[in-house]
Amino acid sequence: MERILFGDNQFFAVNHISDEKSRAQSIKFREDSAIIKTLDEARAVGVNTFMCTTHDRIARICDVIRKDPEKYKDFKIYPCMPYAHKYANAVTELGIAGTIKQYVPGNLVGTMFKGGMAYLSKDFHSIMELLIDAEMKMFKGVNTPVVFLQNVITDLFLGLRAYDILIGFHDYVKKKYNAEAGFITMNMPKLLDVLEQGGIQNPIICSSINKVGFRMSGGVEIYEETLRTRKLRAIAMQVLGGGAIHPKEALEYVCGLPNIESILFGASSKANIENTVETIHHFDELKQA
Amino acid sequence: MGISHLSILGAHPDVEVVGVCDTSKMVNDFLSKHGGFNCFTDFQKMVDEVKPQAVVVAVPTKFHYSVIKYLLEKGISVFAEKPFCLNTAQGEELVALAAKQKVVNQVGYHNKFIGTFGEVKRVINSGALGEIIHFVGESYGPVVIKAKQETWRSDPSEGGGCLLDYASHVIDLLNDLLAPVTKVKGAILQSIYSKNVEDAVYALLQTSSNVSGVLSVNWSDETYRKMSTTVTIVGTKGKIISDANELKVFLKDEDKKIGYSKGWNVKYITDLTEQVEFYLRGEEYSAQLDYFIKAVGGKVPNTINTFQSAWYTDRAIDLIKKSAV
Repeated sequence: MERILFGDNQFFAVNHISDEKSRAQSIKFREDSAIIKTLDEARAVGVNTFMCTTHDRIARICDVIRKDPEKYKDFKIYPCMPYAHKYANAVTELGIAGTIKQYVPGNLVGTMFKGGMAYLSKDFHSIMELLIDAEMKMFKGVNTPVVFLQNVITDLFLGLRAYDILIGFHDYVKKKYNAEAGFITMNMPKLLDVLEQGGIQNPIICSSINKVGFRMSGGVEIYEETLRTRKLRAIAMQVLGGGAIHPKEALEYVCGLPNIESILFGASSKANIENTVETIHHFDELKQA
Repeated sequence: MGISHLSILGAHPDVEVVGVCDTSKMVNDFLSKHGGFNCFTDFQKMVDEVKPQAVVVAVPTKFHYSVIKYLLEKGISVFAEKPFCLNTAQGEELVALAAKQKVVNQVGYHNKFIGTFGEVKRVINSGALGEIIHFVGESYGPVVIKAKQETWRSDPSEGGGCLLDYASHVIDLLNDLLAPVTKVKGAILQSIYSKNVEDAVYALLQTSSNVSGVLSVNWSDETYRKMSTTVTIVGTKGKIISDANELKVFLKDEDKKIGYSKGWNVKYITDLTEQVEFYLRGEEYSAQLDYFIKAVGGKVPNTINTFQSAWYTDRAIDLIKKSAV
């Protein structure tokens, strides 16, 4: 994985500290072209990996990328699935069975419903695989070397102790897409235990890692300890603590931690992208020196 | 909703989940096969068989009364989802029964566990705003954004509708920040897309402390990505505007006691949130269950979101309904 990954929250009006800022972002990125422009600005400073939710709009961004293979030859997307709101809205409207019907592609659905709900309940792994395929469809022809499970799902299964589902996700992504599985979580140390016990060595785990301990369940100490002593490929997200920490101080902290393979960040303006990238490089060089 | 409660409880180090009850065979099959939970379809059978110390009740509101009553009679502590009951008489009975049985009782009004709103309460209680003269409570979100969405949310007898589902959160928060709403001076329940329930609630409220204010809630507003609740509290010496992310306080004069300066002060949720042991979908959801578990264990007093406080909210809902007719 590259040292710096570009995130997508700003494109979809996700802002952890201000509804006003989120509204402003929603206006700025109303057109897909504004998203492409920002991605190009990130590419211009060497950030070639875009980590994004499988939002409907991403399908259109993928169209743009496919149309210009030369321009985007080094460009990678790390899909993060599922786009939970899509399913949550569908469940409200159609119910669980209706949602599966709507999103699980192909004739299998017909077969499953003919077999009744008993079939559905007995083979959750097959349903999951169909849902992964459905989410991956939009990325056909785009380079997706790592595929992530969103934290809301990772952590839900973690709490439900449905550990085999997490392992199943890992295995299927590898088998079907020849990609590595990644897990986004707000409970990194706990997840690492579970993945290791399930036989996944050195897993890719993306979690909040920041100086103030924001969304670091159990506290900063256990995260630092885990990074120091355990084997994982860590991606730090929410490094600014949702905006609570001064960017320079925030990045100095994260760059100084051991075992962080990549840093995920999102920004809307060219200046912010350039500053962040420059600052990360600066602290990385200091560390090496 | 029940599934995320279960996930939080499943990850809690002080909790042993002894039984799970759901009417869906698919859900039960999944939970027993993949999570190793002991699943039931009949809650009375579950309670009698596994004899739990406490039960989390996340069922449609219309079943709250009978389920909670059964549990209280057996001396079991209860965490119930909001709103509490569909009518005030049933709620009153349960409040009394919980007191008689001396069991821990809590309702899932999670705003009370959000750091910004906690800070609003601290500022109000310090007296820094002077005399409170007015409030505005608002909540907007994209629950019903087109016609033809017939679920339990569209059935008033099951606890559907914007008043019970969305507005209840705002009323409960105002009750807690100021004083219980005891008068409704006018209310409008407006259907926008739904046939049988209201999608928006507008009301003029008055608290038992004689402060009046405005309630404006609309769950058919897709300009919001998710539910967004804001309270504005106006006093003679200052004003607060707060949502779940950002707190803005204006004071006419500096208040050293609470550490606020003259003019505008802004604080963010990141400064006001306590870490939880397990995070699923917001610190507040983990924190409220953690509080309940601690209360059952006798480690904290059972004072936040009690049946009594949730009943005040039920009563205000009732007053709004009557006023809107």
